[in-house]
This record gives sequence, structure tokens and C-alpha cells, in this order.
Amino acid sequence: MSEHQKIIDLLPYSHPFLFVDELEKVTENGILGTHTFPMDAYFYKGHFKDNPVTPGVILTECMAQIGVVCLGIFLLKDEELQSFGVALSNASIDYYLPVLPGEKVKVVSEKLYFRFGKLKCKVRMFNAEEKLVCRGEISGMIKAE
Amino acid sequence: METKEIIYCLKKIVKPYVQNDLAFQDFGKDTDFIKDLEINSANLVDIVLDVEDEFNIAIDNDSMDKMLTVKDAVEIIKTKQQEQ
Repeated sequence: MSEHQKIIDLLPYSHPFLFVDELEKVTENGILGTHTFPMDAYFYKGHFKDNPVTPGVILTECMAQIGVVCLGIFLLKDEELQSFGVALSNASIDYYLPVLPGEKVKVVSEKLYFRFGKLKCKVRMFNAEEKLVCRGEISGMIKAE
Repeated sequence: METKEIIYCLKKIVKPYVQNDLAFQDFGKDTDFIKDLEINSANLVDIVLDVEDEFNIAIDNDSMDKMLTVKDAVEIIKTKQQEQ
């Protein structure tokens, strides 16, 4: 199994709240991953009425799962990771373009620091046309247990 | 650096992260960052990073774990400054 798949398998999320499909690049300093929002995702039924658009909170969640949690798992790798605790501590995001059902997005995250269990990252999301969808800073606490 | 001076600097660093303003009015040696000021663990990390910059010291994991009160922080800052 590839190292990237191992990271995804360690994620504490599952359908319908897993927003990571593939990791393309993971290093000590950052990560790049993708996700395609399924046409039939449950939130499109209500967001918005008769006008499905991916909610900003879901975009943020996707950025956090790829940009902070997947990167965090990679950074904890030395500790023979079996289980770990994770919690979002801060997110400050600006949104630029809507993401429609079925769209594939790419998340690029750069580590600002990882100290005392807190991982803070600068995260950007792009659509299939490489246009910026949203960007900001997200931090979370992540610790091996 | 004098204890009083360190506490003065700490108070400035801690201020933006405080949840309990009433407890912050009595900021002193016995103030507990989490119990009294209701600072969360993520912001405690920010405080420690600010402390490193302000006092030009490096805080290790052990010291971080011991830094529960203002008094603990003052002792750690003094010890680290002496080591340099």
C-alpha cells in the first residue's frame, strides 16, 4: 500500500463526511490532495433550495481534512501511529468562487508551524480550471494517543 | 530580568487569548492560564510561541507541559534565560 493511501486510511472520517480522494504530494512542509464532490451529496438537497452549491463550511472541512489532518498524520509518522486525537482550533477563510455538484477540487497546504501538537497551515483550494476557490489559515491540534 | 517585568510582558502577550476578563483583572503569579483565564490549549501554544520571541528563548516540550500558571512561566523564562 502506498504511503499516501495509508494516510487516507488513518483518517477518522467516513462517508458522507470524508472529503479526501487522493493525495498527490506530501512533504514535511506541505501537502497537495484532491476531492470530487459527488453529484448526489446529501447537503445539495438543502443548500440551496433548488440551487445546489457546495456549502462554504464543507469547503473548509475539505481543506482541513487534506491540508491539516492528512499533513498532521504524515508529520506524526515517526511515532508508529495507531491512533491519534484531532480537533480543529481555528479557521479563517475567504471564498472566491462557488463549487458545484460533481466538481473536482485541489487543496494545497503549506505548513506554517507544527509545535506542541498544534499544526497551523496556509491553505488554498483550486477548481479544475486552476482558479482559486478559497484560501485562508487553518489550525488544529493533533496528537498521537 | 525581574519577575515584575516578566509578568508585565506576559500580561501583554496573554491578553488577546483570554476568555475570562474578570480573572484577567487579577492577573498575577497564581493565575492559571487554562483554569482561570479559560485559554484553550491551541491558544496556549500561540502564547508559548510569543514568549519565545519576546524573551528570545526556546521552550521544549517538558517546559510546555509544566507551564500551567504565571509563576511556572516566570520560572521557566528565568531558567532559560540563564542557560543562554
